[in-house]
Amino acid sequence: MKRLINLAPSRPFSVLLAILPFAVLVVLYIAASDARLAENANDKLLPSIAQFSAAIERMAFEPSKRTGEYLLWVDTAASLWRLFQGVMISALMGLIFGACMGLFPYARSAMSPLFVAISLIPPMAILPILFIVFGLGEVSKVVLIVIGIAPFIIRDMQARVLELPKEQLIKAQTLGANSWQILVRVVLPQIMPRLIALVSLSLGAAWLFLIAGEAIAAQEGLGYRIFLVRRYMAMDVILPYVAWITFLAFITDYALKQLSRKSFPWFHALQGAKS
Amino acid sequence: MKKLKALFSALTLAAALVPGVVQAKEKSSFDICWSIYVGWMPWDYGASSGIVKKWADKYDIDINVVQINDYVESINQYSAGQFDACTMTNMDALTIPAASGVDSTALIVGDFSNGNDGVVLKGASKLSDIKGQKVNLVELSVSHYLLARGLESVGLSEKDISVVNTSDADMVAAYGTADVSAVTTWNPLLSEIEAMPNSNKVFDSSNIPGEIIDLLVVNTDVLADNPKLGKALVGAWYEIMATMQVKDSARVQMAEASGTNLAGFDAQLATTKMFFDAADAVKFTKSPELVKTMQYVAEFSFKHGILGDGADDASFIGIETPAGVYGDKNNIKLRFNPSYMQMKAEGKL
Repeated sequence: MKRLINLAPSRPFSVLLAILPFAVLVVLYIAASDARLAENANDKLLPSIAQFSAAIERMAFEPSKRTGEYLLWVDTAASLWRLFQGVMISALMGLIFGACMGLFPYARSAMSPLFVAISLIPPMAILPILFIVFGLGEVSKVVLIVIGIAPFIIRDMQARVLELPKEQLIKAQTLGANSWQILVRVVLPQIMPRLIALVSLSLGAAWLFLIAGEAIAAQEGLGYRIFLVRRYMAMDVILPYVAWITFLAFITDYALKQLSRKSFPWFHALQGAKS
Repeated sequence: MKKLKALFSALTLAAALVPGVVQAKEKSSFDICWSIYVGWMPWDYGASSGIVKKWADKYDIDINVVQINDYVESINQYSAGQFDACTMTNMDALTIPAASGVDSTALIVGDFSNGNDGVVLKGASKLSDIKGQKVNLVELSVSHYLLARGLESVGLSEKDISVVNTSDADMVAAYGTADVSAVTTWNPLLSEIEAMPNSNKVFDSSNIPGEIIDLLVVNTDVLADNPKLGKALVGAWYEIMATMQVKDSARVQMAEASGTNLAGFDAQLATTKMFFDAADAVKFTKSPELVKTMQYVAEFSFKHGILGDGADDASFIGIETPAGVYGDKNNIKLRFNPSYMQMKAEGKL
């Protein structure tokens, strides 16, 4: 007997099915946009496809009237650099603190409660304090990302180290390894792929904090531009910027997955076996 | 079934966006929005004291007064057609609704900023010291305009400084940090910042009187089809104006709603040129200086690319005032119409 749970689409049909919801959204958008533009040709809420391409052309391929810069690329470079610094610092902190707190009970007792407490503070609530301490420049934007995602990475790294089988640590000790050697040879290789997975999971939050930081004070950046043109409702710039951010996030996520697969094939073989 | 539901909700969402342009026809219920600013607090008092309802009842309509916390959002909501009228400055009326093709009428010219917007420098006492500094401000707002006018007055231009876009909510905290040395902002933030040590206000809107104007803007089509709305709003406004001059309790309520006390509110009022009398507002609206002001504002807006995509020059959008039209007569999107205030001045409401 045929049951719904046993019916699977063929390969080309499944591609078609995947595209369908996007196509429906695009058609709905164009219909709504046309309807609004028919009533008011200057309406800015739902721009037409032509208006989008004009805006993209203007932002990406024409020098700005005021500064002579190609705004989209300047914004992208500024935002990616901030994001990279924030995420790298957080990952490094996660690696160092997480591994130490997982492996050494003294480090765990001394620091774990602190990081738990810090991870519970909503970063946006202490923004004025961050300004006073770190200033309004680049540092505070990077710090906002670090405060937002590092505690979560640290806590998870500690948990991953604690999950390592006790037998491995005992075996390494009977083979004469000291604490440092155990840290470097047993713990590090095993938590690296998990760190990469964590970084890619935290990227969403990192983007959120980046854009929040740029909304508060900035001279360039993707979030800055969105909040600036929001003042005069330029959805023809905002929506392509959102699409661009989504694309950048997708690319980073994909690159991290490939990096992990290439560098730690044994880990992914293990993961495959489990699921 | 689920898919059908999802499709249905997507369709309703799309449908909700479509008729957003205010339907111009005779109707009986109107929504107006306002945000926190000394010149607009009277609307809050008018709504809670029943004055607005009294005038709406007189003309047999309903008026809902809605407070929006975010100023720019309130204008965007008005431009998108969610409100029939909204409070905003002359520059924002030009660059947001008018540039979006929403034909708008300044029904009430409530006041102009006469010191409520200012440039503050840390450790320097004249405006020309601003050269080479970073200036924190809300970019493309009236602050930006004020700064440009100030720089002009001392022979500098925006090339001599760099602007840092800073949200108004964070302006005071930002000024407290070491790397911020110059800001341009408005009240109540301005008075907060001025009071900090080593701070000097080097330029303010009293140096360009009458250029930053606070308005109640109404959708022109809605007003044309519903003159009752114009009469009720103007009638209510001048009754509130009369009340707040004689009743401290009215101003206390406005002060509390804007997060300060009576003394703080009265200090802000002192740097605001309120048109308590309709005749004064009419005279101001009819003056030829208003055309000149709007020309400055249009030129600034064009130079900063906020007059919309179709704009080839500053005169792309027509601005109609009693003393004449600035810009394209075939594309009039912002109208200063003193006729309702005139009715009030002549006692015809």
